[in-house]
Amino acid sequence: MTDGAAIKTGEAVLALDHLHKAFGALKVTDDVTLDVRSGEIHALIGPNGAGKSTLIAQICGELRSDSGRVHFKGRDLTDLSAFKRARLGLGRSFQTTQLCLEFSVLEHVILSLDCMEGGSFNLFANPRNDAALREEAVHWIGKAGLAGRENRQVANLAHGERRQLELAVALARKPHVLVLDEPMAGMGAEESARMVDLLQELKGEYPMLLVEHDMDAVFTLADRVSVLVYGRIIFTGTVDEVRQDAEVRSAYLGDETC
Amino acid sequence: MSKFDRFTLTGIVMLVLLIIAPFVVAQTGWHGGLPLLTRIVIYALAVVSLDLIIGYGALVSFGHAMFFSVGGYVVAVLAYHTNMGDTIFGWEGTNSALVLWPLALLACALLGLVIGYLALKTRGVQFIMITLAFAQMVYFILVSLQFYGGDDGLMMDMRNTMPGIDLDDPFAFYYLALGLLVLWVLFCRFIVNSRFGMVFQGLRQSERRAVNLGVNPLPFRLAAFVISAVGTGLAGVLWANYAEFVTPDMATWAKSGEFMAIVTLGGLGTLLGPIAGAAAFIGLEQILTIWTEHWMIVMGPILVLIALFGQQGMLGRFLKGGRHD
Repeated sequence: MTDGAAIKTGEAVLALDHLHKAFGALKVTDDVTLDVRSGEIHALIGPNGAGKSTLIAQICGELRSDSGRVHFKGRDLTDLSAFKRARLGLGRSFQTTQLCLEFSVLEHVILSLDCMEGGSFNLFANPRNDAALREEAVHWIGKAGLAGRENRQVANLAHGERRQLELAVALARKPHVLVLDEPMAGMGAEESARMVDLLQELKGEYPMLLVEHDMDAVFTLADRVSVLVYGRIIFTGTVDEVRQDAEVRSAYLGDETC
Repeated sequence: MSKFDRFTLTGIVMLVLLIIAPFVVAQTGWHGGLPLLTRIVIYALAVVSLDLIIGYGALVSFGHAMFFSVGGYVVAVLAYHTNMGDTIFGWEGTNSALVLWPLALLACALLGLVIGYLALKTRGVQFIMITLAFAQMVYFILVSLQFYGGDDGLMMDMRNTMPGIDLDDPFAFYYLALGLLVLWVLFCRFIVNSRFGMVFQGLRQSERRAVNLGVNPLPFRLAAFVISAVGTGLAGVLWANYAEFVTPDMATWAKSGEFMAIVTLGGLGTLLGPIAGAAAFIGLEQILTIWTEHWMIVMGPILVLIALFGQQGMLGRFLKGGRHD
């Protein structure tokens, strides 16, 4: 593996250390080691079925790894459940949006803010009436490009707007890393471009692990790219190096000549 | 009209109707009227509690009758020993509602805590089955209590006593039950709109999202389950005092099913809908049993029709509407 000179060399915020996961005889995650450094966008690409979503589930604690460790801000997360990892500042978006459809946009972000410490057992205080919470929620809604949509019910949002709301919900919690699972999936060209702009704005503020199929977006946004094939990382390097690497081209970029 | 306005408006209309109903019934000279109203209010307390977890948490408990029965049995059994002059673990007993009722609710809370903890390890159909299984256990335990009448149940010699309120006066008893219902609905309304309630509802809408916001689902669901158990237990306490009689029938799966049917009939996740559901269900039962003892032959199709065409029950569409943006 090579690290190009162009990389801003921050320290690793999220580090995967020899992760393994097998379903029966099928190795879905095979000795994966990679890290996400402060300030960078690290893109993870690979063909369908390469094990990207499994890897994210292992990072976020939805799936238990067979072996290997997950380190986050110098802390070993491997044995922590998903909700504890989230409380430590692991923010994420889902491949298929996971949102509370009956809430309004504002309510959803307020919920996100109110769950920073795991949620409250206060049976009487209405968080919708908390001016400070509302103000902060409105700020993050604006940051995700949804200003003016505060009172719209989530179920009535367009697909691209839901993706933006996922981002707002994650950002509101001031995450120390963002794990984004195909944030552009299912978007039209215009929505996609808007999301790329948004992520470009956020770049530098939040380290990101970006799983994405849209290669234009990857090449625009990423500092480093890792290529996952059959559960193995076959390559990690800068965007330019990936472009030139023959193995990557044959495995992923659709080079039919070899 | 906003959602809040519709809730308040409906609540006030219902309250006024329930306050004046005994006077209207008294005018007709029908002696069965006030007992009917009392049963409606007691059932309403149980089904509002059940709606809290089914409607807002998608925790479909098919065993809530167990809390109804335990609330009733605790009161009846303690009253029985007190009236026999026995001591209960060295305590001479009492007939005071202010002591017995909280004890009964405490018992329901503890039962809800244990059963909820175990049942909430499961989801969906398994949760339905496990709550049903626990309720059947409670039922068979009650049947096997030969000392307390077994199958035949246990009579209470008199209602409990409460300072300032004569529980033997049917009017006073009705208004006490109504007052408790109002307080309970307000409490549930606060819960639904609270920080706790927001998380609890978020878990229903997207558990994965909530977990990834840092929420540990079990404590939230368990707390709601226990609160719901206590409310249903309070209905059982009132029932024991109303009927002056408790039987294992209070814990049957048919009773649990009745509660669920009423919640659905009235409108899931609305708190007030189930009250209308209770009035309709028990009112119809009363009318139809005069006509035929096979009243379910008529009631069944009515429930099917409402489930098919009402979609959201009697008040669901109205109470959940008014929020189009």
